[in-house]
Amino acid sequence: MGYTLTEKLLLAHTKNKTISPGEFIYASVDLALANDITAPIAIKVLKENNIDKVFAADKIALVLDHFTPNKDIQSAEQCKLVAAFAKEKKIVHFFSPTGGNAGIEHILLPERGLVLPGYLVIGADSHTCTYGALTAFSTGVGSTDLAFVLAEGKIWLRVPKTIKVIFHGKRKKYVFGKDLILYLIGKIGVDGANYKSLEFYDKVTPPLCMEERFTICNMVIECGAKNGLFPYDEITERFVKLHSKKKYKVYHSDKNAVYEDVIEIDVGGVSPQVALPPLPSNSVSVDELKEKIYIDQVVIGSCTNGWLYDLKIAARILVGRKIHPNVRLIVIPATQEIYKQALKEGIIEVFTNAGGIISPPTCGPCLGGHMGILADGERCLATTNRNFVGRMGSTKSEVYLSSPAVAAASAVAGYIVSPEEIRK
Amino acid sequence: MMILRGRAYKIERDNINTDEIIPARYLNVSEPEILGKHCMEGLDSDFPKKVKKGDILVVGKNFGCGSSREHAVVAIKSCGIGAVIGESFARIFFRNAINTGLPLVVSEGWSKEISTGDILEINFERGIVKNLSKKKKYNITPFPKFIQEIIKSNGLMRYLKNVKRAKDIAAR
Repeated sequence: MGYTLTEKLLLAHTKNKTISPGEFIYASVDLALANDITAPIAIKVLKENNIDKVFAADKIALVLDHFTPNKDIQSAEQCKLVAAFAKEKKIVHFFSPTGGNAGIEHILLPERGLVLPGYLVIGADSHTCTYGALTAFSTGVGSTDLAFVLAEGKIWLRVPKTIKVIFHGKRKKYVFGKDLILYLIGKIGVDGANYKSLEFYDKVTPPLCMEERFTICNMVIECGAKNGLFPYDEITERFVKLHSKKKYKVYHSDKNAVYEDVIEIDVGGVSPQVALPPLPSNSVSVDELKEKIYIDQVVIGSCTNGWLYDLKIAARILVGRKIHPNVRLIVIPATQEIYKQALKEGIIEVFTNAGGIISPPTCGPCLGGHMGILADGERCLATTNRNFVGRMGSTKSEVYLSSPAVAAASAVAGYIVSPEEIRK
Repeated sequence: MMILRGRAYKIERDNINTDEIIPARYLNVSEPEILGKHCMEGLDSDFPKKVKKGDILVVGKNFGCGSSREHAVVAIKSCGIGAVIGESFARIFFRNAINTGLPLVVSEGWSKEISTGDILEINFERGIVKNLSKKKKYNITPFPKFIQEIIKSNGLMRYLKNVKRAKDIAAR
């Protein structure tokens, strides 16, 4: 019996000879990750258990990104605590605004070439699943699990069943990776892939770029999946070679691999999507909205859509246009590098000319931290990943999710529209 | 922890997410006492006042979906909840609860028969839940052996200690 991609990757990280879904394994970890919210609890757990040593100072990444630049005294204390831990344990990959290394973890780590194909990555952040785009096994856990990994370099995992998802067909204009994942989550529901692995196949014309694959893998948690991944191809290779000089091993699924289910999506039938509150699975075509949904705020950024690619898509729509007087537009380049590049290419200027404001790299508003909190009754259209009740502020506010293209067009219109609409 | 008895507190909803259990604005702290005071604030800000120590929370499908924040489990434990009965649990929440010693019970449809205020008795060893108020009895599918060992150790870190100790003894 053959193996799926996830089974292959997991097996390679154990001493087992075989592997099968449902089985518990003890796997070795290539990279462990935590942030300013999850690391403090993990550090506390290590202290309570008198564990002084970490398994490998060069296989741990600590990123201060959620409430940075520190939004209040308590956040500052948490960051201080993590920074002190990083210094004491000589953590090699420590990133914070200090020293010019600001960035959102799930974009920063691939950008720095810290995740490679074949890796097993465990992160104390639910969107750690993002790195599956690099043909790595990557999943999110809580702080105690992470403390265990920091101590042992290992994790217990239950081997998931795999669902194969094939995207094929010619995509319409303004349909991006974000639209495809919102469409998929809408189709299978918020627990449609609970505990399972999603193995994606890109047979789309034109093919999905690496950034779009990151976006798709980023959101697999929103249908409960343990991980999501794309097979290695020339698109993966180009990205990896650009960001790292390290050697890596590539795994492929077997031809006779066993899948629990196969989902085929003809992307030709997918139009630009928007997920209505309060669940990412409430996705509908923007064209099918029955009434005008007026918005107060637009956020373009986050670990889902904060790549330079995403900013360019939004900028192409905003160039020469002004945002609606009732809308505030907040643009968040995901890393310092992306910010610099966007400046150089004149993209930041497009946003500021349109009336947008630029935030430093941060998770900020996505989780209702800072840099764009909503009041009672306010509505935001965001390129982020969650639209739960109160996610971005007041429990009486609303969050809608879309691609950067729909977000940019809507910022101009003042209500949620398809990019085609404002071009008319 | 073999038998747990407590009053049921039911929230009839699926997909209760971790933003509802503990909104992100409280993630700038990790103290259980503070987090407990804000438990379920995204859903019902009076929740911590409504529950009593030892209450058993009864919920629907996919409880704890969303963010990996362990603060959600910390908040639930800190406001006194002794166990959670759900139709299903989101993956990371399930791990966090098992890892930190919050007992979970997966109901196979029968949690619908429970009302707030019912006195429940969970026998983890025998895999039985009794609704003493309604005189009903349900069998629960035991967790896999490995998970049971973590639960018996009262969490992942103690499990690690036990395993290491056993290895040390074996090596002697």
